[in-house]
Amino acid sequence: MSKEVEFVVEVEDMTVAYHVKPVLWDVDLNVPKGVLMAIVGPNGAGKSTLLKAMLNLIKPISGRVLFNGESYETQRKHIGYVPQRGSVDWDFPTTVLDVVLMGRYGHIGWIKRSSSKDKELAMIALKKVAMEDFSNRQISQLSGGQQQRVFLARALVQDADIYFMDEPFQGVDAKTEKAVIEILKELRKRGKTVVVVHHDLQTVKDYFDWVTLINTQLIASGPVEDVFTEDNLRKAYRSTGKILKG
Amino acid sequence: MNILELLANDYTLRVVALGSAMLGFVSGIVGSFAVLNKQGLLGDAISHASLPGIAIMFLLIQTKSTELFMLGALIAGLTATALINAIVKYSRIKVDSAMALVLSVFFGFGLVLLTYIQKIPNANQAGLEKFIFGQASTLLRRDIYLILIIGLILMSLTIVFWKEFKIVTFDADFADSIGISSKRISYILSSMIVLSIIIGLQSVGVILMSALLVAPGVAARQWTNKLSVMIVLAGTFGTVSGLVGTIISSSMQKMPTGPSIVLVISFIVFVSMILSPSRGILWRYVRQIKHQSDINEDQVLLNLYDLAMNHNNPHHSHNIAAIEPMNTQGGKKLKQLKYILGNLQAKALVKEEQLDGWSITEEGLNYIMKHPMRKEENDVTSN
Repeated sequence: MSKEVEFVVEVEDMTVAYHVKPVLWDVDLNVPKGVLMAIVGPNGAGKSTLLKAMLNLIKPISGRVLFNGESYETQRKHIGYVPQRGSVDWDFPTTVLDVVLMGRYGHIGWIKRSSSKDKELAMIALKKVAMEDFSNRQISQLSGGQQQRVFLARALVQDADIYFMDEPFQGVDAKTEKAVIEILKELRKRGKTVVVVHHDLQTVKDYFDWVTLINTQLIASGPVEDVFTEDNLRKAYRSTGKILKG
Repeated sequence: MNILELLANDYTLRVVALGSAMLGFVSGIVGSFAVLNKQGLLGDAISHASLPGIAIMFLLIQTKSTELFMLGALIAGLTATALINAIVKYSRIKVDSAMALVLSVFFGFGLVLLTYIQKIPNANQAGLEKFIFGQASTLLRRDIYLILIIGLILMSLTIVFWKEFKIVTFDADFADSIGISSKRISYILSSMIVLSIIIGLQSVGVILMSALLVAPGVAARQWTNKLSVMIVLAGTFGTVSGLVGTIISSSMQKMPTGPSIVLVISFIVFVSMILSPSRGILWRYVRQIKHQSDINEDQVLLNLYDLAMNHNNPHHSHNIAAIEPMNTQGGKKLKQLKYILGNLQAKALVKEEQLDGWSITEEGLNYIMKHPMRKEENDVTSN
């Protein structure tokens, strides 16, 4: 890589294991500023694990991650996160607006409450994902696509520079998928960096400009046109013996 | 016997009822978070595990002291919590098995110690077994003060950490990602659970204390979809069961308080599960029947529409046998079909032209045009 490229995320020697089996092995990865990057790989390849390890949610055996050249703790306010939709209990007694407001908690600080300004920001974010009419809705009444949009809105109010999203297209309707990708592209236009764990190989070329292929080890990472090749895909999907590229 | 009169005249009962009410309120609040965190069993493990703490403390000091017993229970409870966490972290044993393991080992050890204590010649040991099922009438004024103080502390913590408790309970990963340590918050919550168990040991006992933690939250969740309302409601249910349970227990000879409190809160849970408008079993059943009958009505109307489309005149009437041939063999099903047609007529969607001859109305046609189950090939507008 040439020196001029500015990397907003740098992963060095990342190894993660659950019990003894390594899930990620010695992964080095650099993400340049302003890209829309997909992390692609077969099931169990460690895609979500990589994302979580980058965000310090899983403790790696070795390795470190730098954001803008600094540690996660100091850069936390510049980082937004959309966890997998299925990772929370949607029967939790709360409303759509409340969930989006949680995106402001990191800015509010301990003990203090959300202000009317926070609520304003939350409503703006809900409008962006076309969910403003649902602000007082019980989250248990949302469809899968609506849940995903609420999570996206929560990340938007974080007002971050680097976004990490875990399978935002998983099990959502076509309308939501389109809405989500529009927002991701808009984020990129505003100079934000977006890293997405992605499942659907057929849409990689349409949605993303940067791609990382992993299968426990890093297979390749770079611009989609250079890296998203038949050859690399075969390497990444070798263990399953199946190429899903359409 | 007039309960109010009893409360007004009996000083001991007043003190005890106040303590139980406060206890119920606090455990309802703290327990709600345990319920939402799916940690209902943690309370059970901790309360059972506190028994050896009490017994060891007695062996050390050879006299009865509520404060020191509570301290012993606290140490044992925290040890049990730490042990459960350690087992989950360092072995491949899952959390539910770890809890069951710690619960039974600690409780068994406690029972052994209690048996041993009862055999040693020390008059002070009498009444120690009351900690198993609880006896609120043993509460002294000092004990009530302690319950009030700890209760107030727990309530303040809930208010102070409201936002943090909420986000960690809903989405721990996200909380961590924005710098609200789910680990630290979970420790605070677990400690609060331990504290509310400690203050309940004397009046409710180690075996049933967890019910007073979990049940109010479960009942409250049935009635509301708002966290703040749920917490306040759980506190109220806890208060009521603490109060009523204590009164029942003191008006009956030899009735331990724990079981009577649990009976009251169980009744509240039962009623909530059946009757709650949005989540209750009864209303869900009623809605299901209503839904089913709507579908049936739609099906009959669709059949009538299909028949009508085979004629030039859409309002041509059809005999009941043509509408749903399978259902016209007489008996219950025929009656049901007539009933459905009657309902549809009441909605002005169909009309009975002659005896058992029915036709679809203009309004019925309009309704069907918007219906998702309508087959496209029968579309009149496309002709």
